[in-house]
Amino acid sequence: MMEMQESPRTPLVAAQLSWVFGIATIVKLLLIPSYHSTDLEVHRHWLAITHSLPLSQWYTDETSEWTLDYPPFFAYLERFLSMFAHLIDPQIVHLHHGLNYKANSAIYFQRMSVIVSDLFLLYGVYRSTLALASLKRNLIWLLVIWSPGLLIVDHLHFQYNGFLFGWLLLSLSFLAQGRDVMGGFLFAVLLCFKHLFAVAAPVYFVYLLRHYCRGGLVRGFARLSVMGAIVVAVFAAAYGPFVYHGQIQQVIRRMFPFGRGLCHAYWAPNFWVFYIMLDKGIAFLLRKFGFNIPAPVASFTGGLVGDASPFAILPRVTPLTTFIMVLLALSPCLFRTWKDPGPRLIVRSVAYAYTCGFLFGWHVHEKASLHFSIPLAIVAVESLEDAKHYFLLSIVSCYSLFPLLYEAQEYPIKVLLLLLHTILMWFSFSAQYSGSLRGDKKGGEKQGFEVGWVTTSYLIGVVVVEIWGQFLHPYLFGDKLPFVPLMLISMYCAIGILYSWIWQLKSILISS
Amino acid sequence: MKKKGEMKKVIKVKDKVNDGQDDDPWWWLVQEGIKPSFLCISLFALLVRVAVGLHPYSGAGTPPKFGDYEAQRHWMEITLNLPPKDWYRNSSVNDLSYWGLDYPPLTAYQSYVHGVFLKTFDPDSVALFTSRGYESYLGKLLMRWTVLSSDVLIFFPAVLYFVLVYRSMRFGMGQNSDAAWHIAMILLNPCLILIDHGHFQYNCISLGLTIAAIAAALSQKDLVASVLYCLALNHKQMSAYFAPAFFGYLLGKCLRKKNPLLEVTKLGLMVIGTFAVVWWPYLQSKDAVLAVLSRLAPFERGIYEDYVANFWCTSSVLVKWKKLYSTQSLRIFSLAATLITCLPSMVQQILAPSSKGFLYALLNSSFSFYLFSFQVHEKSILLPLLPLTLLALEESRLILWLTHFGMFSMFPLLHRDKLVLAYMALYALFILVYFAPCGPGGRCHGTKTLDNTQKTKRGVDFITSITFHPLVMGFLGLCSLILHVIYLTMHPPNKYPFLFEAVIMLICFSQFVLFTFYFNSKQWMLSKHLTSKDKQKKLI
Repeated sequence: MMEMQESPRTPLVAAQLSWVFGIATIVKLLLIPSYHSTDLEVHRHWLAITHSLPLSQWYTDETSEWTLDYPPFFAYLERFLSMFAHLIDPQIVHLHHGLNYKANSAIYFQRMSVIVSDLFLLYGVYRSTLALASLKRNLIWLLVIWSPGLLIVDHLHFQYNGFLFGWLLLSLSFLAQGRDVMGGFLFAVLLCFKHLFAVAAPVYFVYLLRHYCRGGLVRGFARLSVMGAIVVAVFAAAYGPFVYHGQIQQVIRRMFPFGRGLCHAYWAPNFWVFYIMLDKGIAFLLRKFGFNIPAPVASFTGGLVGDASPFAILPRVTPLTTFIMVLLALSPCLFRTWKDPGPRLIVRSVAYAYTCGFLFGWHVHEKASLHFSIPLAIVAVESLEDAKHYFLLSIVSCYSLFPLLYEAQEYPIKVLLLLLHTILMWFSFSAQYSGSLRGDKKGGEKQGFEVGWVTTSYLIGVVVVEIWGQFLHPYLFGDKLPFVPLMLISMYCAIGILYSWIWQLKSILISS
Repeated sequence: MKKKGEMKKVIKVKDKVNDGQDDDPWWWLVQEGIKPSFLCISLFALLVRVAVGLHPYSGAGTPPKFGDYEAQRHWMEITLNLPPKDWYRNSSVNDLSYWGLDYPPLTAYQSYVHGVFLKTFDPDSVALFTSRGYESYLGKLLMRWTVLSSDVLIFFPAVLYFVLVYRSMRFGMGQNSDAAWHIAMILLNPCLILIDHGHFQYNCISLGLTIAAIAAALSQKDLVASVLYCLALNHKQMSAYFAPAFFGYLLGKCLRKKNPLLEVTKLGLMVIGTFAVVWWPYLQSKDAVLAVLSRLAPFERGIYEDYVANFWCTSSVLVKWKKLYSTQSLRIFSLAATLITCLPSMVQQILAPSSKGFLYALLNSSFSFYLFSFQVHEKSILLPLLPLTLLALEESRLILWLTHFGMFSMFPLLHRDKLVLAYMALYALFILVYFAPCGPGGRCHGTKTLDNTQKTKRGVDFITSITFHPLVMGFLGLCSLILHVIYLTMHPPNKYPFLFEAVIMLICFSQFVLFTFYFNSKQWMLSKHLTSKDKQKKLI
């Protein structure tokens, strides 16, 4: 009976999903001439490196400052794309003549490659929502496929996150179905595309160890070897050629540039923002009391930080410190996964791991907030509490991306994207929890969707911060203190993300 | 009516089987009524407009004359720096041969307001003389924002007003999702977005005022309607395309009231009053009025320009109008042809004014003007398309078909503006929105919904049955697709440099003429149907 119902549904679902995706694609197409960051040139240069040089020189080339620093699968992807780029315009993939090549052919080709690679996201979402009721399904599509954050980062700023999230969602969907081998395999592949996703590796490890490799010592060990063999095979496929050329150290060095400093040029809204502010605050107070506090050699607002300590008072933060803090923050979740490994919590746990990585990690980009806001969309429809949390989180996460687009031309676009997202979320969550029209199966849950006064005032605060940064600050201070609006945004968003972190931890720990 | 209701039930049941829990994928959006869905759709429509604004405008970087963008900017420059009396007059500071103001005073006022806006943020862009051909990042942005704000302030509210009136007119019939679809069809009309936010014009103002006037007329606020329509007319003289319909409908309604003469006088006074207010700076002398009027009717530019899919341009392939006749006689020809072709629909409205008939009359009179009047631009297809989008729920197949040809007829123009990407994207968007899951567009193609009225008209059916025969549709669709590709990839033969434009024009013209016949006969059938219904009622 179930199968009978399932079969005619699938094509209809696929048609509706492709409709949603089609609308998003059109917006992406229209956005092609918009502002793009240097990442476009970075990726163009990678096309040129992988096309013009033999594999042995991919990670050693220094023609441009934008050296290849993604794992090998991504380099292979660039190699694959470069074949088409070469057909369209050979100059795109020319190592020297292509430098800073800004012709329409290059921009259109690269933008189109992102748009097409989003098909992976489409499939990932399709697979993640296959078993859900139609309303929840529609909702998740809107949250993920029309995610303003993804549009801003991928189709304005320029990156390939949609493609990568496709792999992540696919992996999670397999895990949620209990198909652990496939889930583990896809995650290993994802790691070889972009190593930043490795923050969730401990969760995956513990989960697979406890969920997949159970059933006695012998069976467990056999399964562990199977899983291990698969992961090793994936990594061998990625890194094997470089090991063969004796370059593995060089590859690793390129992938983990710890010289870059604790914070990115624009501070991601994470824990370290508070740490820096605390340092500055104490130094300021001590100076007031007459202590002679030398100003730190390196500054945070001045971009890249060298070896000097940027802190005046507080101890310096090293990559190891951040690593330990991430692990510490992650440990309750790992413990919980160890105790009770079940597919039900896996999406939350993975998202939580990315939240920890975002809050405490080394040199975190603001874009990394997508790493948890996208997977959490899958579970946002599960309960009213989830919906409330997601409503706040996705707005904060998207708003924290605003500084990426600093030019006036894109201003209405980012504001409209966020507004539209907020309103769609508001209406869809309200519809889901109004409980008036549709007899909800869980008869008890009939409370409406309202976010409460704390969240409301916090969100109004977002508007205030934005108005301050855009209008009042330039009006009152002119060109002075240009970093204050950005600092305000990251501090204010950091509060929201911290709240989300605590909320996620709570939801993982207390869920029965 | 009953049958349609049953159809919907059938569809609902079918969807229930297919989709389990929900019959309508949009109910979360539309369950609270029209306004939330209007909010979402209009935000999305705004996003699309902003995104189209990223693309080039007409005449970008092409001195010495540039294009419509420069024309609008120049008008801001003129109106901002000169007193109203000099706006339409050739003088040492106002060279009319360089994009002289040739729209009615309301456009001039609007240019003035926008000029003030530009001056506050980028004074160089509207400085007298020195700003000619001014192009900059900020200048483009500010100009784009003036169009966006006009759209938000005039077009969007007018659409909301119309949809609310239209729904109450249809006796609250139809699902909310149909209304949402209708809003999307009006707000996401690709032609309007491309011309206003790509090519660069302010059609949203005059068309918005027209929509508001239509809504007011439909809700029996005739005086408001006449004021709004006069404003539209004073923003762009092209709004006269709708004049016969407004005239017929409002007059027809007056004649049915207790005191026709009084009603007509009231309307007349409203019209004269509005005109007097708008034209106030020019009413001091007869010369001033004549100077403006001569700017509004540029007869010296010839009966047609470029390749527009209207009668004069298309028939000029066979008859060289411009060589055979003087402009003077061509003016009379075109006036006569326009009047004769729009007369039937106007007469129908005077005899039997009805809401639905009014919308059809708008369509018919604007098509007559598009096909036969003097100096028609490709862009003028926006005017007939407007009432068509308003009739989207009645003519759900034709809106797809004629929007396609409307877009197609503007393709050469938009290609010149380097808007091909935006053209393709918006065309695809239109198709997608049209075939929205479980929307009226997708439905009418899957299952044939014929209401009772349609069965009675054999002649009309003949046209639709031929054009909507899958073979004919497929053939024409394929032709236009191939022509798009040819236009983009191949060079025309040296002997006929405008061969492709001519072929595009011929195809579009054939469809426009065909459907002008269709809509005219449909409008007349409407009244026949109504009268027979009335008779039935009386008998009962």
